[in-house]
Amino acid sequence: MAKAKGRSIDIATIKMLEKAEKEKVYTAFDRAEVIQPCPVGMVGSCCKHCSMGPCRVSLPAGGMETPEERRFRIGVCGATAETIAARNFARMIAAGAAAHSDHGRRVAEAFLAVAKSEAAGYEIKDEQKLLQLALELGIDIGERTNQEIAVDVGEILMKEFGRQEGELLFLKRAPLKRQELWRKLGVAPRGIDREVVEIMHRTHMGTDQDYQDLIKQGSRTALSDGWGGSMIATDLQDVLFGTPAPVLGQINLGVLKEDEVNLIVHGHEPQLAEMLAVVSQDPEMIEYAKSKGAKGINLAGMCCTANEVLMRHGVPIAGNFLQQELAIVTGALEAIVVDVQCIMQGLADVAQCYHTKVITTDPRAKIEGATHMDFDDLNAVETAKAIVKAAIDNFPNRGKNIHIPTEKADLIAGFSHETINYLLGGLYRASYRPLNDNIINGRIRGVAGVVGCNNPRVKHDDVHVAMVKELIKHDVLVIQTGCSAMACAKAGLMVPEAAQYAGEGLASVCETVGIPPVLHMGACVDNSRILIAATAMVKDGGLGDDISDLPVAGAAPEWMSEKAISIGQYFVASGVFTVFGVNWPTLGSKEVTDFLFKDFEEAYGGKWAFEPDPIRAAHLMIEHIDKKRKALGIDKARERVLYDMEMRRELAGA
Amino acid sequence: MSKIIASAAIRGAHKIITRAEKEWQAAMEKWGANEPVGFPGTAYYLPIIYGITGLKVEKLGDMETVLAKCKSILPPPVREEHPLPYLAPALDAGMATFFAEELIEAIGYLAQPDFYTKQEDVTEDNIWLGAADDVILRKRGIEFVDGTAPGFAAVLGAAPNPGIAAKIAQELQQRNLYVFMAGEYNGKRFAEQLVEAGVQIGWGTRLVSFGPDTSATVFAMGFATRAAMSFGGVEAGDFRKILIYNKDRVFAFALPLGYVTDEWYANAAGAINWGFPVIADTPIPEVLPTGICTYEHVVSNVAHDKIVARAVEVRGLKTTVTEMPIPVAFGPAFEGERVRKEDVYLECGGGKSLMVEWVTTKDMDEVEDGKVEVVGPDISDVTEGATLPLAIVVEFAGRQMQADNEPILERQIHHLLNYAQGVMHIGQRDIAWLRIGKAAAEKGFKLNHIGILLHAKMHQDFGQIFDKVQVKLYTEADKVEEIAQKARAVYKERDARISGMSDEETDTYYSCTLCQSFAPTHVCVISPERTGLCGSYNWMDCKAASEINPTGPNQPVEKGATVDEKLGQWQGVNAFINKASRGNIDHYNLYSIMHDPPTTCGCCECVAAVLPQCNGIMIVNRGYKEDTPCGMKFTTLARTVGGGVSTPGFVGHSKYSICQRKFISADGGIKRVVWMPKMLKEEIADRLKARAEEVGISDLPDMIADETIGVTEEEILPFLQKKGHPALSMDPILE
Repeated sequence: MAKAKGRSIDIATIKMLEKAEKEKVYTAFDRAEVIQPCPVGMVGSCCKHCSMGPCRVSLPAGGMETPEERRFRIGVCGATAETIAARNFARMIAAGAAAHSDHGRRVAEAFLAVAKSEAAGYEIKDEQKLLQLALELGIDIGERTNQEIAVDVGEILMKEFGRQEGELLFLKRAPLKRQELWRKLGVAPRGIDREVVEIMHRTHMGTDQDYQDLIKQGSRTALSDGWGGSMIATDLQDVLFGTPAPVLGQINLGVLKEDEVNLIVHGHEPQLAEMLAVVSQDPEMIEYAKSKGAKGINLAGMCCTANEVLMRHGVPIAGNFLQQELAIVTGALEAIVVDVQCIMQGLADVAQCYHTKVITTDPRAKIEGATHMDFDDLNAVETAKAIVKAAIDNFPNRGKNIHIPTEKADLIAGFSHETINYLLGGLYRASYRPLNDNIINGRIRGVAGVVGCNNPRVKHDDVHVAMVKELIKHDVLVIQTGCSAMACAKAGLMVPEAAQYAGEGLASVCETVGIPPVLHMGACVDNSRILIAATAMVKDGGLGDDISDLPVAGAAPEWMSEKAISIGQYFVASGVFTVFGVNWPTLGSKEVTDFLFKDFEEAYGGKWAFEPDPIRAAHLMIEHIDKKRKALGIDKARERVLYDMEMRRELAGA
Repeated sequence: MSKIIASAAIRGAHKIITRAEKEWQAAMEKWGANEPVGFPGTAYYLPIIYGITGLKVEKLGDMETVLAKCKSILPPPVREEHPLPYLAPALDAGMATFFAEELIEAIGYLAQPDFYTKQEDVTEDNIWLGAADDVILRKRGIEFVDGTAPGFAAVLGAAPNPGIAAKIAQELQQRNLYVFMAGEYNGKRFAEQLVEAGVQIGWGTRLVSFGPDTSATVFAMGFATRAAMSFGGVEAGDFRKILIYNKDRVFAFALPLGYVTDEWYANAAGAINWGFPVIADTPIPEVLPTGICTYEHVVSNVAHDKIVARAVEVRGLKTTVTEMPIPVAFGPAFEGERVRKEDVYLECGGGKSLMVEWVTTKDMDEVEDGKVEVVGPDISDVTEGATLPLAIVVEFAGRQMQADNEPILERQIHHLLNYAQGVMHIGQRDIAWLRIGKAAAEKGFKLNHIGILLHAKMHQDFGQIFDKVQVKLYTEADKVEEIAQKARAVYKERDARISGMSDEETDTYYSCTLCQSFAPTHVCVISPERTGLCGSYNWMDCKAASEINPTGPNQPVEKGATVDEKLGQWQGVNAFINKASRGNIDHYNLYSIMHDPPTTCGCCECVAAVLPQCNGIMIVNRGYKEDTPCGMKFTTLARTVGGGVSTPGFVGHSKYSICQRKFISADGGIKRVVWMPKMLKEEIADRLKARAEEVGISDLPDMIADETIGVTEEEILPFLQKKGHPALSMDPILE
């Protein structure tokens, strides 16, 4: 009991951990206790890039060394701790960027298939956004059909992945000053795949051995994720499945239903989840479920794919990353259907103790011991039906040890950039003006993006929730994605009534607009929405002329995946101060760490920081926000300007 | 928006839209889809709907589309627990409310055509004016343009009693604001309270009683919307520009007095789209964060004695109240107020006696600043309904004072006297006419107060060009006659001086960018022989204005080297235009309609348009509402050429300009004029005749066709041929 309580702040999680313990089921929480993190790898001091090693170049205990000791603390090839830390860091970025971007590529493939009418069951839902994209990409609209236009959009964006020269098209979305800076620093990505491949090359034995140069390529690669692969994924998903708008949803294991077929979709790419959302409502499938003794089919999401279907269909979320095994522990889960990223192999093992079927669906992500059922975009309806049917067929196999925790929370999700723009002024006055205005007048101190994963090395959800509460208490508006958003939603921070936890100024703005003080912006791939929102703030004026001028900060306090590092790096390279918790993967080299934590600010206007304590981390962010407010001259109350005729005449043209 | 407000506004919008739909269905049954509908005398259809959506509601059947639009933007009610964001939906609901209310009012015009007076004034038995027509819009709108009126207060409901209502109204008037009134509270209406308190209402006193119902709010919002289209040159349907234009340039706000109903909330939410905040006297929730409006959106529970000051501050408006040491209120808002015959205490001039006004310059030691002398009987010496002769002599002294300034300062007397509540002034020079009302006399107004107010205002407005001023008022017949003799000699000299000026002999013209608050790229260049196209500013006015305020909207423009003498183009003028239009216009020709003519703003008095078949031009003035031979009504023309662009074949100009020597002289001048409305021809008859004689065609006025001859080129051409109009034998106007 006490043990479970120490592992999470979420009651549903604690209850399931207790059940698991009783039933002798081992989860990530247990494994994290059994296996301690490798102290050498954790700080980026292990190099296993060739068979002369692996070489461990970690600092001696206590961190003190003589210059002589330091000279010999190098790999067989002579690689210094700096090179090794930077290479490891760069490879994390490469892996993270690859994951997001490959997700983007798959969306683009599906998008093209839909545009060419090869994927029955899908259709283009957001015409407005399609046309906007077409305009932006210089595609002729004329009298052409949406599908014809979409083919062009898809083909142009698909080429971005394999682009070899020039620079990514979406870089032009950034503030002009930022674009120029990227060009000046040589980090404007030439393509998406190319930058990832180049990192793998540069970090190969005996290639790039200058830590600053390695990190530079890291920036370029990360930017190809944030302003490339991820952004393409978000935009095409919006066109294909609809741009999210505010929707009331529910979250936590309590959304599972005792008398229905429970089916969880877990992973990242929305094509599968979209189709499951449709198929699970099919009367034929519901009838089939009834024939098996269930009252219906209950689809729920988990991890980022859950965010996608929640925002677009109101499908409930069963939980975040660390709850994936616990959903099986309820004993009431017929199937957990997964695609890519953040799927623990442990699922298969836990599922053996219950009747749950683990169904892998993506040819790139198979798990030993799981059932594989290929999900095919081109035959989406049929393959999705087969998956749902498999779940239904499993309903009669439920055991007796069923316990679904009652905990579930309401949340409002769906705050896309487009929606925020609308929400701040309505159909006729949509703009970011009210946000900027209230930042300038100090009601809102600044904006913080708190994102990222769960990590059993820290108390589940605790760091997210503590940090976010501290931020909103100090009038910082928080925007969230991914598993971090889910943690705060479970804690009740994503309903308008949560304004009671916010400072007076922020609360008054929340009350005015009717929003929670913590906004759910989507999945982790949707961090690109935050880049667009930040740019919109710059463009609306009054807060400087670059993202680095804005009073904003970012954080991933419970991060665990390489995607988080890629996201962090593209935020920093876009000018955002970003704090990570848990641990930091370059601590093995003071130089590399100082480079990221200090020197970066001079070059990029943004920098990294590491602070595992959520309150202290929140205050680092607040300090940074205050620093930016001061630089903008908005740290002091301003006098009300009253306009006379002459001043009105001086206003620029309407 | 607070949840309470948003919920109420959305509920109110539902009610209003349901009502509009019901009334529309009944009207459809009664009149059918083809029945024409609209507000009287406007080319902007139902102006909010037209401005925001571009839809033209001309027939009852057209309303169906609007109702469908209302329903499509009408959000669902706000949920009590975990509501979805409601600010944007509430603003949308407010907009839908205005659309629906315009439909309701338009159906009202159909059902009861005489419900409103449809004029500037209230009548004996009807105080409700209804929508302002385009003539009122232009006349009043220009005050928004030049800053005479910074904006308006849209008052809904009623004050606790008529006394408070009168006080609020007067405070608003003293800040030069218009007061637009609609709706009722507790069976009382603000406009009715003002009447009860003896306050004169109507457009003339800026106390505009639009209508008795809440829905009459759309007349205020429609006025604001049209201002953006008419003066700002914003295209119908460009809703964002129209709304931002109002936020930045029309300083209006809503004053709901009394219990705020769901319907009021819906109207308030709508007004916020225009950037107009709400200042209430009841304890409704406040919305203080900024963004849609310049500052707060809703401020509540404001005491009646503070409500005007608070409203002005919330709107972000700087107004100055002229504290005048006279016993009656003072300000431009009282300018249009009349003193009726039965209300007269003292009358001077107007055919009953001689009245003369004269501004003259004296040496410094001859003038004692602030001295006011009344020679002869004063108001207190006569009984009600008396008549006296009157001479007002204003004597200036100072290093900057020169004879050219005298007529300009003299012309101020007219409106400055009118600014005093209960004082009416008409005419000028030796045909001036003054009425002082009973109410003013009762409050203790005496003739020396005329001197006091002239001294104070002259210093305030023109202090730069003189050092001292004293005023003498004579009411003895022989003395008045003596002054009149002297003055008449001076008038004669002045007339000769001004009419003798020519463009050729003048090196410095003046700019006028007064309208840039409304038409940001428009630049008027005013020469002695081309007055401003609004008719309000001639070269002398601009010169004086420039001296008075050297950094103001009237700047000296050095002509510089001549580019084309015939077309009227100079390097210095071009350079100025380019700079003042922020690079939008790099040149124009002052004397041409065909070749890069001057830009036109929305304020122009007339528009001239080329008639190719007649080889001439037509002129139409703003007051003429019918079709013209160029195929467009005035409003359409003004919209086409207004907004600060140069449009070959069209040019805006003043009425006065028509008979000036340089009027489209590059294209043949006055001899090209083949058509103008009868009313215009009559108005300028004397000058037109003189000008015709000057060009050697004394019967030209009779050759110019008007609407009685025809309103198409085909109709007027035979007439021109019969009369032998000179335009027909001139060079082709189109080359």
